[in-house]
Amino acid sequence: MINSPYIRKPASVQGVMLAVLTALVPAIVIYAWQIAAVVLVNLAIATIAALAGEALVLKLRGRPLAPALSDLSAVVTAWLLALCFPPILPWWATMLGVLIAIVAVKHLYGGLGQNPFNPAMVAYCAMIVAFPALMSQWPAAGQLDFATQLGLVLGGARELDAIASATALDTIKTGLRTAGATVQSIMSQGGNFGLVSGRGWEWLAPAYALGGLYLLARGIITWHMPAAFLGALAAISAAFWLADPTHYASPLFHLASGGAMLGAFFIVTDPVSGATTPRGKLIFAACIALVAYIIRTFGAFPEGVAFAVLLLNICVPLIDMNTQPRVFGYKGDKGDKAR
Amino acid sequence: MITRLFGFKGGVKPESHKNESSGTPILTAPLPKRLVIPLRQSIRSTARCLVEPGQKVLKGEHIGEGEGGLGTSVHASTSGTVVEIAPYPMAHASGLETLSVVIEPDGEDRWIDHTPLDLRTVSREEALAWLRGCGIVGMGGAGFPTHVKLGGGRGIDTLVINGAECEPWITCDDRLMRERAPEVLSGAMILRELIGAKQVRVGIEDNKPEAIAAMQAAASGLGDAIAVVPVPTLYPAGGEKQLIRVLTGVEIPQGKLGTDFGVQCFNVGTAHAVHRAIRFGEPLVSRVVTLTGNVARPGNYEVLLGTQVVELLELAGPKADTNRYIMGGPMMGTELQSLSVPVTKGTNCVISASPALFPPPPPELPCIRCGACARACPAELQPFELYWFSRAKNFGKAQEYHLFDCIECGSCAFVCPSRIPLVDYYRFAKGEIWARERERLASDQARDRFEFRNFRQEREKEEKAAKLAAKAAETRAKLAESGEAPAQPAEAEDPKKALVAAALARAKQQQAAVTPKNTDGLSADVQAEIADIDARREKLNQQDADKAP
Amino acid sequence: MLTALLIMTGIAIVLGAALGYASIRFKVEGDPLVEKIDAILPQTQCGQCGYPGCKPYAQAISNGEADINQCPPGGEEGIRKLADLLGREVKPLSEEHGTEKPKSVARIDEQVCIGCTLCIQACPVDAIVGAAKQMHTVVAPLCTGCELCVAPCPVDCISMVPVAATVETWKWKYPVHELRSAA
Ligand code: SF4
Ligand code: SF4
Ligand code: SF4
Ligand code: SF4
Repeated sequence: MINSPYIRKPASVQGVMLAVLTALVPAIVIYAWQIAAVVLVNLAIATIAALAGEALVLKLRGRPLAPALSDLSAVVTAWLLALCFPPILPWWATMLGVLIAIVAVKHLYGGLGQNPFNPAMVAYCAMIVAFPALMSQWPAAGQLDFATQLGLVLGGARELDAIASATALDTIKTGLRTAGATVQSIMSQGGNFGLVSGRGWEWLAPAYALGGLYLLARGIITWHMPAAFLGALAAISAAFWLADPTHYASPLFHLASGGAMLGAFFIVTDPVSGATTPRGKLIFAACIALVAYIIRTFGAFPEGVAFAVLLLNICVPLIDMNTQPRVFGYKGDKGDKAR
Repeated sequence: MITRLFGFKGGVKPESHKNESSGTPILTAPLPKRLVIPLRQSIRSTARCLVEPGQKVLKGEHIGEGEGGLGTSVHASTSGTVVEIAPYPMAHASGLETLSVVIEPDGEDRWIDHTPLDLRTVSREEALAWLRGCGIVGMGGAGFPTHVKLGGGRGIDTLVINGAECEPWITCDDRLMRERAPEVLSGAMILRELIGAKQVRVGIEDNKPEAIAAMQAAASGLGDAIAVVPVPTLYPAGGEKQLIRVLTGVEIPQGKLGTDFGVQCFNVGTAHAVHRAIRFGEPLVSRVVTLTGNVARPGNYEVLLGTQVVELLELAGPKADTNRYIMGGPMMGTELQSLSVPVTKGTNCVISASPALFPPPPPELPCIRCGACARACPAELQPFELYWFSRAKNFGKAQEYHLFDCIECGSCAFVCPSRIPLVDYYRFAKGEIWARERERLASDQARDRFEFRNFRQEREKEEKAAKLAAKAAETRAKLAESGEAPAQPAEAEDPKKALVAAALARAKQQQAAVTPKNTDGLSADVQAEIADIDARREKLNQQDADKAP
Repeated sequence: MLTALLIMTGIAIVLGAALGYASIRFKVEGDPLVEKIDAILPQTQCGQCGYPGCKPYAQAISNGEADINQCPPGGEEGIRKLADLLGREVKPLSEEHGTEKPKSVARIDEQVCIGCTLCIQACPVDAIVGAAKQMHTVVAPLCTGCELCVAPCPVDCISMVPVAATVETWKWKYPVHELRSAA
């Protein structure tokens, strides 16, 4: 017998995931057009790897394939990873990363909805630790033609120094180590900088934001996390920048660089591994931004969002437990106090 | 009057499907062939049966006397003959049976004599007793006795009349308000007087403009104290707590009564029944029921209580592909396991469901913690946490996360993209918690009784010993008096032994003195009988000796 | 090297002190163990565990004389709770002590009863009323279903009837978890 309610909103996990994929489309278009068209190939590789990996694990676990494959959650993970990785990462590395995310992080913890860590971010961190060199080869926008890109991805010989340049974040960080260098001097000399951040790359940020707004409008994500993340990132970078504009990049630079926008709308908002209460979401996202800024600016890695996300994933139960919202009919923050 | 409205958090907007049944006036259902009137009117109380099979009853005649604080009277809904008092299935998710009075109508539908109650001449208590005697309970579904709700307090601020009817498909309150607005408001004014409220607010969802207009027209003559307020259409605005919140801003926590916060809430159907009971003295014997869904003639019918659903459905004509029937609305109703269940005071709607109108839910996926349920929950809970704990049978945690504040509205399950039957888990968890509570009470009681019994046995032993000692002393004294010195003084230390010895001695004496002489010279068969009895006695003694080693 | 060692030792001392303080400060003053065990036992007082009632069995468990799997009325769940409380392994119910049965109550066939009062004496919770040579009857809500009255009855008129669900006691079932079953 089925019990009430007998009617349901036509919502589905598949629908949610599809919306996320749709929201990524503008950024993908900009990416392919402005920076490296090979990203489309990477997306395809990642998608295939994700579906194959998911199918394999489901088979091993003796679970039916169709519902899990068609819920598209693996595809979302795959796309996010493909967008996080450098576009000229060899195909096997992309695959490896995706398989780590799907097999090790998602399914070893029990599959959809069970993983305490963000699969994409664990895979990203694992890759950056395992293949630091490969993972830091970023072409400048339009630097390589499509054939070269494709060759690199499909395993052509890599003349690293000739093709690869660092990201804007990296350039600034390494640049500042030279005595006397200032943010301004670095940004004005390199041809790799655009208006506020890396040339070409900076256009990705508004594209991600556009997708994020779509998700907000659809009610798939709430405003809490993007607002808290971007707000906190802007606040801390502004604080340092105002204190010493020669050695710290502007808030605008930080918001437009690296994974800030992708993170704000697509990564910290991952529901499974994130905080769930409204106040919890604010704390969670703001803390990620702070940790990410610290890693970006003072740490050894050029980008800190991934590590920050993992660090805060650990804190989620604690955050959730302590930010339970007030329940209808109770005064004060926590219902228990009214009892 | 300008009324400020308050919102409540959460809520969902299912398709309303009101138009199917709201267009036609309320029709009176024909007399059914038989009426099955359950004596159990709510989960909490069962009425005591006052009639016997074969007895003739009149419409409105008392057939069940409410027992306990939550009991209300049960009446015959038409005139006829009681043919049977037997268990019949009741409209409950369990599908269990309950003792019911089966009446065969005689077709005359003759009322028992009834007179209005003049509220000016009676005390408040008498008026409440009158309502109890008329069997008035909440008609929104839960069936809570109205006199109990009224009895809670006096001198409250706002009386809320619930005409929101937020569940999709149901339109019985809508039609009632459109067609009988003056009666409903008259009932509301009586309720107001009985509970001593300063003002009355009737909340009606704004998707019922006709009902709002009719009620406002009827209210215009009643002064400032009564206001008909359109409220935004948002399920579950008709939930008692939600409507009170919307109309007054007061939030009533779980387990508390509205009167503690200066508000009380009654359904429009209840107000109407109160009007009939006071102004005409009519007990509650019929109600308006919406028949809708996959039927040929959806509409609202005035139905005698006890009419079986199967007879009722004939009026609406379910279409061929109907596969199940839902009593109540689609958000909180229950699927009927038997069509012989009767219409009761809380039955507002019977929906014929077809796979096309109510598709079976697609397979469940794991929770992705998307939080959609938390945003939809009108009780501001975290449904996925409750789900998680209920599923893991971690009931303590579930209660900590306010499981019992859940009103089982179904909003969370409605929005869940993983299509988890969330409310099922909450019902399960609540049931288990209650069962455990009952078990705990029972075992506490058993422990107390066991301990008391041990104490009593101990005490009895002591008392016996004391008595024996006293008696022994007495016997010894007697023996001493009669000159026979105790054979062995050492025995005096053990009063029991002395007593036994003394008793033995006495018995021997007695036996010697009164050897039965009447067995001599009896006929042979009498002697045989005596031998037989002796043998039986012997056997019984033997058995007892075996059993008590 | 030395500084590292010193720091480590320092941390160890500080943490140890904090833990020690916490264990004193937040010490739970609980009821004695016997009470806690007794609270878990179902209080059927049937003696199937081999002790004359639940309390003695609780005492025996806390003295380490009895195992935790000897109470059939408590069933698996009871064993699990005891294991939780005492930090022991969950084990299946010991067969020599009986099997878990649905809860029943005794019923006396009042036509047959000869009023011998033996059952009254047997009942551990005084749930039977009657007097010598009078009909006896079981007060069902008080009956724990221990079955102790069944054997003493000389005319075998006591039977155990399972308790049927009523609307008050009916429970919603655990939802069938049809996870991904449709594929
Ligand atoms: S709506 Fe469903 S999937 Fe989303 S958090 Fe709630 S229970 Fe989980
Ligand atoms: S059923 Fe309970 S948990 Fe779900 S939305 Fe309604 S009140 Fe909230
Ligand atoms: S077996 Fe019977 S007497 Fe022993 S603990 Fe269990 S219920 Fe109590
Ligand atoms: S033991 Fe049997 S016969 Fe004796 S009083 Fe009890 S029920 Fe009656």
